[in-house]
Amino acid sequence: MLKISDLKVKLEEEDKQILKGVDLEVGAGQVHAIMGPNGSGKSTLSYVLSGRDGYEVTGGSASLEGVDLLDMEPEERAAAGLFLAFQYPVEIPGVGNMTFLRTSYNAQRKARGEDEVSAAEFLKLVREKAKDLKIDAEMLKRPVNVGFSGGEKKRNEILQMAVLEPKMCILDETDSGLDVDAMKLVSDGVNALRSEGRSFLVITHYQRLLDHIVPDVVHIMANGRIVKSGGPELALEVEKNGYADLMDEVQ
Amino acid sequence: MALPKAKIDATEARLSGMQIPEGGAGWARAARNDALERLTGMGLPYRRDEYWRFTNPAEFLAPETPRAEIALDAPGFEDTQALRVVFTDGVFDEAASDDLSQEALEIERFADAVTKDIHWVKGLLGVLETAGQDRVDRPLATFNTAFAEDGLVLRATGKVARPVHVEYRRAGEQAEAVLRHMVRIEDGAELTLLESGVGAARLNTGMEVDIADNGAFHHVRMQGRDHERRAATHAFARLGQESTFKSFTLSLNGMMTRNEVVITLKGGDAVAHVAGAALGDGRDFHHDDTVFVTHDAVNCESRQVFKKVLRNGATGVFQGKILVQPDAQKTDGYQISQSLLLDEDANFLAKPELEIYADDVQCSHGSTSGAIDETALFYLKSRGIPEDKAQDLLVLAFVAEALAEIEDEGLAETLREQLAGWLERRR
Repeated sequence: MLKISDLKVKLEEEDKQILKGVDLEVGAGQVHAIMGPNGSGKSTLSYVLSGRDGYEVTGGSASLEGVDLLDMEPEERAAAGLFLAFQYPVEIPGVGNMTFLRTSYNAQRKARGEDEVSAAEFLKLVREKAKDLKIDAEMLKRPVNVGFSGGEKKRNEILQMAVLEPKMCILDETDSGLDVDAMKLVSDGVNALRSEGRSFLVITHYQRLLDHIVPDVVHIMANGRIVKSGGPELALEVEKNGYADLMDEVQ
Repeated sequence: MALPKAKIDATEARLSGMQIPEGGAGWARAARNDALERLTGMGLPYRRDEYWRFTNPAEFLAPETPRAEIALDAPGFEDTQALRVVFTDGVFDEAASDDLSQEALEIERFADAVTKDIHWVKGLLGVLETAGQDRVDRPLATFNTAFAEDGLVLRATGKVARPVHVEYRRAGEQAEAVLRHMVRIEDGAELTLLESGVGAARLNTGMEVDIADNGAFHHVRMQGRDHERRAATHAFARLGQESTFKSFTLSLNGMMTRNEVVITLKGGDAVAHVAGAALGDGRDFHHDDTVFVTHDAVNCESRQVFKKVLRNGATGVFQGKILVQPDAQKTDGYQISQSLLLDEDANFLAKPELEIYADDVQCSHGSTSGAIDETALFYLKSRGIPEDKAQDLLVLAFVAEALAEIEDEGLAETLREQLAGWLERRR
């Protein structure tokens, strides 16, 4: 599904190398987790994959189902099936959540050469998805993320994911700012969307999210590289001993 | 104080050959002559007047009317049920207008009203305009009082169900129009006035609105079908106790637009809201909102909400003032003016002012100018929305606060669609 080879990235504005050769392959239907200390390059990886400005790829490649991601605009990557759930979902006053969802949905359909759906059809579709995810219909009427609690913002990300039905989902520190109950709700949402044709890359600091979203593979990222990979037990090891021990071991 | 020579020359040049309209009754002639005398005394605006620091009035002063191509664009308020009154090149167009009759409303042409003996019109013509000259000269408004030949005279005696829609049309490429509207809202009465359309190659409109206690006046205006617009507009309003005045203007492009609104809250517990959204694309776009609100009674509320979206060298200006007189305790005054600059070529000039003589008041003002939020733009794009559409969404989001000032949801939606359509066509 997602194949990253020797990806090297620096900041556009300054001479600072963030990713120093990342190799990663996520198979269809798999859930991979990336853990790592602050500044290891985890969030940069998610931004580079989704096409945010401010980064310069200096080497390597990244592809989704064999299609080169790095040459595409962010909206083209989305239409190709990539989705980034933001660590800090953006508030957009004045744009209704429903308008936002429908504009996104139809823009992706149009980009894929599919027919756009009417407002009425779309409303029905969203209501069903929201119901499955136990999301209050009231949330759909409000402006995008404005006045949402931390938990509501993250659930809104999951709702977008459910509506847009991407193939490859990247969750950037989805657990940050969530209490235990909210984390459970969000995780349930993610788990409900797991399927054979959909893969996940879960970026997190802490092991606790991985109790709820159980990964197939765990990677440890440090200093711009993936330094160790293993099964879910690797996350437990980090939780117990911290990153420092692991770093020593790797070096 | 003697006027500068340049000003005297410009004023003489502009006024040469202009005549006070014939045919008015004695009282109208007196009001017009008085205006002409005041106008000669103060002179027309020029670049060095403080009040015209950000906007060059030259377009309004050229003795010869500038030429403007007759542009056609999507019409405004087409789907709104309203009594339509059409002025073509500044003259009432009976054939194109609806029958001038409406329940709870007395309505007639200004050109007719000035020949009659209507008590309230006699007592109002030029009066609010003259009062509005306090502290700042507004010669283009005085010019309007002196030379306006036509317009609408409206007196609401109850809640008027259907809005009155004044539609301006243009037939000549070099037409000049000077229109005067007079509005009286009686105790407890309510009226909505809509304005749209291309006025003339050069348009000067003036409006005096006198609102009695408990009256309400809503004004929604669309400027945008004429890219070569040169318009100077003035609205003067006087508010009685517990009365309401709300005015909103959507301006799309236009070469030179100056909209002045001058409000005096005379009775306690009155409410005045003035808002606008202006979008300009191109170096030849210049839009100026100038507002002066005087609180002269207790417990009144005023709001000014202005948003401007500018690109490709377009210029936006906001001059807004709240004056709180000594007796106007418990005043609640709010003023915000913001601009969204879509590139580095756009200009926004703002002069927000507060002048407060009462001690128990709440007044706030703010003015900001910024670029599009890159994080929000990326967020939208990451969901599959192409850059230009994402930008349009953020532009609509930016002006939403101003559009929210329109009380009638249907009218707000009409303007929102107009705006969205304009954005789409500009791509």
